[in-house]
Amino acid sequence: MSLLTPTIRPSVVARLNPVSKLAVALIVSCALLLSIDWVSAGVALLLEAVLLTWSGLSARAFWLRTAPLWIAAPMASVTTILYGEDSGALLWHFGFITVTEGSAQLGLAIGLRVLAIGLPGIVLLATTDPTDLADGLAQVLRLPSRFVLGGLAGLRLVGMFIEDWHSLNLARRARGVGDGGGMRGAAQRFFGPAFALLVISVRRGSKLATAMEARGFGSDEPRTWARPSQVRAADVVLVAIGFSIAGIAIGVAVWAGTWSFILA
Amino acid sequence: MPDTSSFPLARDPQIRPVQIRARGWGWRHAGRHSPAVSGLDLQIEPGERVLLLGASGAGKSTLVHALAGVLGDAEDGDETGSLLVDGRRAAEARGRVGLVLQDPDSQVVLARVGDDVAFGCENLAVPRVEIWPRVRQALAEVGLGLPLDHPTSSLSGGQKQRLALAGVLAMQPGLLLLDEPTANLDPGGVIDVRDAVVRSLDHSGATFVVIEHRVDVWQDVVDRVIVLDPSGGVLADGATREILSSQGARLAQAGVWVPALPPRFPIRHPISRPQALLRAEGLAVGRVPFGRRTASVVADAITLDVRAGTATVVTGPNGSGKSTLALTLAGLLAPAGGTLRASERFAAGISPQPHRWRSKQLLTRIGTVFQDPEHQFLAATVRDDLLIGPRALGLSHAEQTSRVDDLMHRLRLDHLADANPFTLSGGEKRRMSVATVLATRPGLLVLDEPTFGQDSRTWQELVTLLAELLDEGTALVAVTHDAQFVAALADEEYRLGLPDPIRLAAGAQ
Repeated sequence: MSLLTPTIRPSVVARLNPVSKLAVALIVSCALLLSIDWVSAGVALLLEAVLLTWSGLSARAFWLRTAPLWIAAPMASVTTILYGEDSGALLWHFGFITVTEGSAQLGLAIGLRVLAIGLPGIVLLATTDPTDLADGLAQVLRLPSRFVLGGLAGLRLVGMFIEDWHSLNLARRARGVGDGGGMRGAAQRFFGPAFALLVISVRRGSKLATAMEARGFGSDEPRTWARPSQVRAADVVLVAIGFSIAGIAIGVAVWAGTWSFILA
Repeated sequence: MPDTSSFPLARDPQIRPVQIRARGWGWRHAGRHSPAVSGLDLQIEPGERVLLLGASGAGKSTLVHALAGVLGDAEDGDETGSLLVDGRRAAEARGRVGLVLQDPDSQVVLARVGDDVAFGCENLAVPRVEIWPRVRQALAEVGLGLPLDHPTSSLSGGQKQRLALAGVLAMQPGLLLLDEPTANLDPGGVIDVRDAVVRSLDHSGATFVVIEHRVDVWQDVVDRVIVLDPSGGVLADGATREILSSQGARLAQAGVWVPALPPRFPIRHPISRPQALLRAEGLAVGRVPFGRRTASVVADAITLDVRAGTATVVTGPNGSGKSTLALTLAGLLAPAGGTLRASERFAAGISPQPHRWRSKQLLTRIGTVFQDPEHQFLAATVRDDLLIGPRALGLSHAEQTSRVDDLMHRLRLDHLADANPFTLSGGEKRRMSVATVLATRPGLLVLDEPTFGQDSRTWQELVTLLAELLDEGTALVAVTHDAQFVAALADEEYRLGLPDPIRLAAGAQ
């Protein structure tokens, strides 16, 4: 398993076209960015949770991948509750910290929003092979193949960064500049190898570009695709579900009277 | 010129071999004063197999890149004369020419083996139904019997080169170009790649041009040798054997490995009663993977002594942990198990465990030459870089200058004092990386594949220099695949996987 060839368990979601997954993530995010209220975010999150059961992620993989969200959401929430704009009844008060009904609601809304927007994106990444995503972007969305394939090939170089970074630091130790020097030394030990890494990466990138060009890449002639990226009925259903989630979330919030359009 | 009709007939009828014609052709890279190639007149007939030789800087790579159409346009350089592939400008002969480059790592484009081979076909707009049979056939021709979804990141260097070759073969080019395809491979990988090339040429009948300074690999495959003249044009052109005998001495002088003229082994003067500097007992070596706390062991139960004035070579197959062992002996990685202790005399008052030494304390004790010289360059000029070690030791200004000047002279780097280390040629980079280490006069020198991809001249200089250091009492540990290096210098060979070092009589001859 690596960055570019992740082990993806077969599942309903994994078989879908990456572009339709991307569409769902974008539809739900856009809808949730239109208002800041806890009802719409809560409803969207609930509906997404149902969809997640088809993602094929193991419990361990799910919690591991989404861990950043579970840390970020409560933090955003608590910060807003403590320091957010105050309105409504005063619930708690300590020094310059005031918790009011308004700030508590806002905090909850923000926390739920981070989860509801973040989860689809992470599930998309966890169930999608980057090569398939590139195929989808180029064939379904018709993004320029030069841009998509160039990016995909460049991703491969990222894995080499870690190896290079390790060697660069060992080499510094071997050359007598691996420790000491206080704060200034520590800064040099970060920026020195970082610059070398940049130089080495740029050179690698240009060699890769030559190799790609030598295989006929980068001309304006049309190209074919060895792997078809197709939009099937299931993908249409998924996008429809995405619109439904967005619609239901907004509908329930309007009905509950919590919807507050941010542009209004 | 060979008789093309004598080739075997079991050919792919779809592939038409290419004819190459150069008339007064030249190329000057943008921003350079002198042209890389000039006044080249050359004709290569369809189906010919050519070995392209010449001193470093003679423009071999430039010519091959031009034939592949990847040299760029007027912005990237100035072209003179004409270079035609099947009567058309090389840049317009897209898809007729396939090129495999030197560095295995920078030629893999996609994440899965099948996709990577298919990449070139896609770019040439080959219909999908035709792509996959071509991919399977190309993989079979290069002998890569792997599933199509096998991750390319897990391939060895030799496998990656064969993958790159398969990607080119699937495009069914009429001209196959190889630019030092085996310079970065171990001996097993070299033979695999060579055989894959021969197999595919026998099948396709394509015209073939290879650049390679290790002549012995290709001399039985090609039927013509062309030697480029660094001052422009062609120096020699003709049948392989004829050119190698008439131009052999000149080529060897220019760094080409001519089989009939092997490099000389230095005469050693071993020091008497060499003392042990380091002792490894039941040593296990490994790296701590990214994001983990404990090392994953790649080799263990290693017991050996590193002695003053003695060359110990570490050999073994790829992935057996040779480099990791070298880095551990060099005090750069902590042992994953067992013990590694420095003698009292070598430690000279500090901890006996080399990995606990401070960076500056390593300088006078252990110097490490990394496999990739670029990893150890620190400054913007050769001179500044060489000064870093002596300066860290707090030597007097006069001493710093005299050491560095002496080293630059000894390693033929004088004229490059103000050059950026990253802009040097492969051989210059290697000499430079050795010089940076010698500037602090360490008692032990650890080298990881020091002769990898080097031309015969750099090889000779390196081996002679190391022999001198050994005679002066410096201890040497070298990881290597190079059998000639072992024969020339090694006193002891530690083959990973075997329990004890093998004593060799070599160096002492």
